[in-house]
Amino acid sequence: MRYLPLTPDDREAMLAAIGAESIDDLFIDVPQAARRDGFVDLPRVAGELEVERALSTMAGKNATASTVPFFCGAGAYKHHVPATVDHVIQRSEFLTSYTPYQPEIAQGTLQYLYEFQTQVANLTGMEVANASLYDGSTAMAEGVLMATRVTRRNKAVISGGVHPHYVKATETVVHAVGVETQALTAAVDAEDAVIAAIDKDTACVVVQTPNVFGTATDVTKIAEAAHAAGALLIVVVTEAVSMGLLKSPGEMGADIVAAEGQSIGNALNFGGPYIGLFATREKLLRQTPGRYCGETVDAEGRRGFVLTLSTREQHIRRDKATSNICTNSGLCCLAFSIHMSLLGETGLRQLALLNHEKAVATRDALAAIPGVEILTPRFFNEFAVKLPKNAAEVVQTMADNGVLCGVPYSRLAPDAGLDDVLLVAATETTLDADIKILAASLAKVLAA
Amino acid sequence: MSTMNTVGRPTAPNAGFDNDYKHPTLTGGRGLLQDEPLIFEGEGWGKTGVDLPKPATDGSDLGDLVRKDPIGLPGLSEPEAMRHYVRLSQKNHAIDLAIYPLGSCTMKHNPRLNEKMARLPGFSDIHPLQPQSTVQGALELMDNLAHWLTTLTGMPAVALSPKAGAHGELCGLMAIRAAHEAKGEHEQRRKVLVPTSAHGTNPATAAFVGYSVVEVAQTDDGRVDVADLAAKLGPDVAAIMVTNPNTCGLFERDILEISRLTHEAGAYFYCDGANFNAIVGRVRPGDLGVDAMHINLHKTFSTPHGGGGPGAGPVVLSEALAPFAPAPWVVNTGDGYKLVEREEDEAEQAFGRLCAFQGQMGMYVRALSYMMSHGSDGLRQVAEDAVLNANYIKARLEDLMSPAFPEGPCMHEALFDDEWLKGTDITTLDFAKAMIDEGFHPMTMYFPLVVHGAMLIEPTETESKAELDRFIEAMRLLAQAAKAGDVDRFKGAPFHAPLRRLDETRAARSPRLRWSAPEGSNRAG
Repeated sequence: MRYLPLTPDDREAMLAAIGAESIDDLFIDVPQAARRDGFVDLPRVAGELEVERALSTMAGKNATASTVPFFCGAGAYKHHVPATVDHVIQRSEFLTSYTPYQPEIAQGTLQYLYEFQTQVANLTGMEVANASLYDGSTAMAEGVLMATRVTRRNKAVISGGVHPHYVKATETVVHAVGVETQALTAAVDAEDAVIAAIDKDTACVVVQTPNVFGTATDVTKIAEAAHAAGALLIVVVTEAVSMGLLKSPGEMGADIVAAEGQSIGNALNFGGPYIGLFATREKLLRQTPGRYCGETVDAEGRRGFVLTLSTREQHIRRDKATSNICTNSGLCCLAFSIHMSLLGETGLRQLALLNHEKAVATRDALAAIPGVEILTPRFFNEFAVKLPKNAAEVVQTMADNGVLCGVPYSRLAPDAGLDDVLLVAATETTLDADIKILAASLAKVLAA
Repeated sequence: MSTMNTVGRPTAPNAGFDNDYKHPTLTGGRGLLQDEPLIFEGEGWGKTGVDLPKPATDGSDLGDLVRKDPIGLPGLSEPEAMRHYVRLSQKNHAIDLAIYPLGSCTMKHNPRLNEKMARLPGFSDIHPLQPQSTVQGALELMDNLAHWLTTLTGMPAVALSPKAGAHGELCGLMAIRAAHEAKGEHEQRRKVLVPTSAHGTNPATAAFVGYSVVEVAQTDDGRVDVADLAAKLGPDVAAIMVTNPNTCGLFERDILEISRLTHEAGAYFYCDGANFNAIVGRVRPGDLGVDAMHINLHKTFSTPHGGGGPGAGPVVLSEALAPFAPAPWVVNTGDGYKLVEREEDEAEQAFGRLCAFQGQMGMYVRALSYMMSHGSDGLRQVAEDAVLNANYIKARLEDLMSPAFPEGPCMHEALFDDEWLKGTDITTLDFAKAMIDEGFHPMTMYFPLVVHGAMLIEPTETESKAELDRFIEAMRLLAQAAKAGDVDRFKGAPFHAPLRRLDETRAARSPRLRWSAPEGSNRAG
């Protein structure tokens, strides 16, 4: 077995050193009834070649985003990641290290986390950011719980523009502790509708921008209404690149930002691992979930970094912790941070403009197709269209023809009654030829 | 906020201590170690390290939605970026460098085949919401992984989507809660019993799901006190959470009795599977009466720890809990694979959804690659070698250090207390920092809480005997030095790491969690 260094002779010598007759002596605490002799019913040891063949065969059965005209978004985006990123995150020292419990020999990890936290805080326009959570949807759930702790109120108002999976993941968790949610009806451009739903029990209002239909909104008014009622505003962002062009949530008055960072530095990966960005105002720090890296000095006065504020966390506070999370998305943070460092402000802005440009071109091409109605007035790189046919069926037919034309809204929320709505995303990776093929084949499918 | 100086002061020789610093360097650099400023402190403002086409739009169609102020993001050219991150990397300890004996963390070798497989475009370059007909291979992989996990654990079902161990605990307890709700017993069962030796995540998770936590005592031999458990079980208890093998590195001998009592009381048995590595292929949790157990793919199944995540924590479930598993899950229809994304579609009792998509696909690929590589025979050998390595360390150190539970074998990790340091004025922390000077990453310190000054050593099966001997020799030399009164070696340690001991109190007292532009500069941020 290529990953196991002990030889039969080693094992024998070690058993002798321990004073055991056989390996079974070391398992004597296992009750007789639960001991299993022989191997479980699974295949036996396999060489690299064999494993590689089997897995490559499975991988070969999937249509990859880079090889077809591709327009899927809805919370996960196909972007180009510079080669440097994937090389660096595979360095032994980053890949095979762990949570920096011993800061003196983990300054590499700690410094990139500190840089990451600064990048996220600046990008979101907030004062502080943590070292990341699992993904955007779990970050939203944590945000809602945090808002109930801060306000001592028990209700969350959720805009109809928030990604339905995010709503579901949040409701699943917060309902368990008795937090009420009021999820408003799905609508392309309905962020302001949350204002009417705010009352004295509202802990927070959750809005997404750009929302699941792609609509970009200035949420300043919502922030003002929430604050006037003593509630917090949580802004969800599923496309991090958008913040390179659009006003930051912080600038618009957000108290908590829960975002998905996958777009920067991270592959699509069929949905994970992703990276939850979580940023807030400094005064709310003690109520936040997750890990922080902070600056300090060593015994000789040199600057260094450590994990800090851990008295909020489960390993210290146990059942009184702000969250049960015990990790962050370390390597995904690193990928995010490297990509962001390469982009810099100018590169990020350029990247964001390219995304917007491609999406506008895609919209214009689709708007020219008879029967297609563009639903989203102002968007970043994703928009919703109304089709004259069932969107899920159109998507399937298009896929059978080798075009991945987007995500039918009904896949996210089958009961919303929006079966004719298709979500279409474009990024810097979208070619003009892709847009042409998309428009031509969609026109053909709709005319059939 | 003011910034601190970025160039370290030259290190002064430590009085009476023969170390490297007889000739302090002039710049603060040392050998191959360069001081590396933050990206915000360089010349990167306005720079970029990517070549992108010039956009044909200026975004003016978005009007007042467009950002006007600078964001505060410096850029680096590619060579500068590469140097920055490589220099940072060299300040990290890593498994690929030397043993990383953190107890409860299972820091085993991370095979690179797994990385190669996870990066196949057919797995990494597919979107979670593509039509299912275009991702049949991905669903097949998930189905295969589920088969391996359920077979190894002897459990009928698995929920793959939890994104980490603690997320898996959440999944398990939500399923337990849903099962009690289905029986109409949720209102009366509001307690979860947790042993004192448990990971902090256990009580935190129970509280997160709305339960009150009751601690269960531990016996003198480091196991759950069954009498205390029996006394605390009752019609108001929803579940027990037991780690097995436990955090003292011991197998719960009375596990069958524990599960029997739990089920008799109408409660469910949640097992924290953090230490599954010790028994994989030899013992099936399903045979122990477990109802739910998370499996840390980043521990037992070698997916990289990555400086702290991302991990993955699928949860295996018993017959009683399987109907409550959250969406999504994969079904093999015989005519292809189907991803069930809405619990309403197929299982009315599923408790909802834990995250936006399908969980940690990248980790599924790595874990399956690892499992297939070992096979059922190799995995059994994994457990045996992991346990053998831990017992070897315990046996070779017990004459100098004090094992917390000297009687009988340990499982995958050896636990020592600080009894042997009594009278030396040296703490577990001091000892750990001195290990850093010798080139080793310390073991887990001060956990589990039930053992004073705990030192929890988990070597894993991927350490060779030669490496173990090297580690043991270093530990012995240090232990002898401690007992000989060589206090300075410990009190000031580490002397040889990139930095000396860091002031954690200061970091917590006045948190500085981000870089800020020096006052008077016109930088954003």
